[in-house]
Amino acid sequence: MQSVVDAIAIDVAGLTVRRGRAEVLHGLTLRAPRGQVVGLLGPSGSGKTTLMRCVVGVQKISGGTVTVLGEAAGSPRLRRRVGYVTQASSVYDDLTVRENLRYFARVLDAPASDVDRVIDETGLGAQASQLTGSLSGGQRNRVSLAAALLGAPELLVLDEPTVGLDPVLRSELWELFHRLADAGTSLFVSSHVMDEATRCDRLLLLRDGEVIADDTPQGLLQATGAADAESAFLTVIRERETGTASAGSADAGHPEDGHRHGRHAAGDVR
Amino acid sequence: MSPGRTIATAGRVLLQIRHDPRTIGLLLIVPSLLIGLVAWIFEDTQVFAQIGPAMIALFPFIVMFLVTSITTLRERRTGTLERLLAMPLAKGDFIVGYALAFGLLGLVQSAIAVSFAVWVCGLDISGSIWLLFAVAVADALLGTTLGLLASAFARTEFQAVQFMPALVFPQILLGGIFAPRSSMPDVLRVIGDWLPLSHAIDALNAVANGTHDDGWVWVRIGFLGAWIVGAVIVGALTLRRRTA
Repeated sequence: MQSVVDAIAIDVAGLTVRRGRAEVLHGLTLRAPRGQVVGLLGPSGSGKTTLMRCVVGVQKISGGTVTVLGEAAGSPRLRRRVGYVTQASSVYDDLTVRENLRYFARVLDAPASDVDRVIDETGLGAQASQLTGSLSGGQRNRVSLAAALLGAPELLVLDEPTVGLDPVLRSELWELFHRLADAGTSLFVSSHVMDEATRCDRLLLLRDGEVIADDTPQGLLQATGAADAESAFLTVIRERETGTASAGSADAGHPEDGHRHGRHAAGDVR
Repeated sequence: MSPGRTIATAGRVLLQIRHDPRTIGLLLIVPSLLIGLVAWIFEDTQVFAQIGPAMIALFPFIVMFLVTSITTLRERRTGTLERLLAMPLAKGDFIVGYALAFGLLGLVQSAIAVSFAVWVCGLDISGSIWLLFAVAVADALLGTTLGLLASAFARTEFQAVQFMPALVFPQILLGGIFAPRSSMPDVLRVIGDWLPLSHAIDALNAVANGTHDDGWVWVRIGFLGAWIVGAVIVGALTLRRRTA
């Protein structure tokens, strides 16, 4: 039993979230394995950010449980073990890159040497002494990512970390994500860019607050017979909407590959 | 809470302001300029001698309230507050860190305002100028911590800004600047007697006119101190790690 718990980074069961009068997540159930890059894909407004906020423990939830690294999401002990990058680069524009990172390192009790390490990892060496506000949007996002890498957290929750980056940088960041995963870090990365899907070890497709597929990229493509993630996503949606063979539809994203960790999230929610 | 994180937060806030010299200038000089303006308006009358001490209470209080609530509001809007609260930062570290940083600025600001009122505008002080300074600093700190409280209570930016008229203006109206509190209807007089700015104004008047001894003034400073500590505690308690 312990080994099962150890293998799971994020365990969400029956998660319901209301924002204002609207229900954003409707009894969401999913699991994300440790030590992998798990991609959370879905269009804008599908609930990706809300789900990530739940995982980090900054979102008020109306029902269900979120367990992260074996503890309830948001519990004080997790605050050092989980790194979080919001969609907006949440760093201080009126501090230099290094000053930002030095402050966050002190809050995290991370060693001072971490500042140079994360500057290096995110390729910000040339900008280290510049005011963060004077940087481009993509560079600011990387400062935000660098802050999340401080203290080497076990789980990184990254909300659209590659938005607005040029292809070379984007590719470098994905390489960094995989290096981190190889070293044992779990990553939960959201994106609305479908072509990033294939870079993930595992995919969760989110639509209207429901998980409509939970699979490896290869598994998803095979199950749908689609050529790329975008059309696989479309196939899954169409199958659900036409309601053809409810069992088949629910399983569309879940071929019975022995190593899948996700639970049935598609068919039985709401 | 941890002293290290509190100090780190205060240092970070001061570092941010250091990168913005114009803000430092405005923060330190505007209250003095306003006091000078009031003195000028009433140049050939006795009015400034009467209301001058109250102006030392008023302008730094308002400026510090605004600056502090806007700064913490910005922290909320840019997502840095959410990031910090997802880190091992205690809510008290955040609030006290801010109070320390802006308290230090308030100290310098008060020193300039008091010096300006006394030596440039010719405000007569019967009592100790140090005591006047002590009240002014407590008053500026009060503005800071009430600003923190307001922005901790607020759920949105709009709410935070609305707290300025809601929390500050009644204190000015009931503080006895426009009409002595003794002449107000009983209910308003009693409310006014419990509001902190009233005590700052009373204490500054007492020092300026030499109407009370130092002990009486220190009791007023103690009253301000209680409000300051209370605002910090309530502010830290109302800050939410989880938001809708």
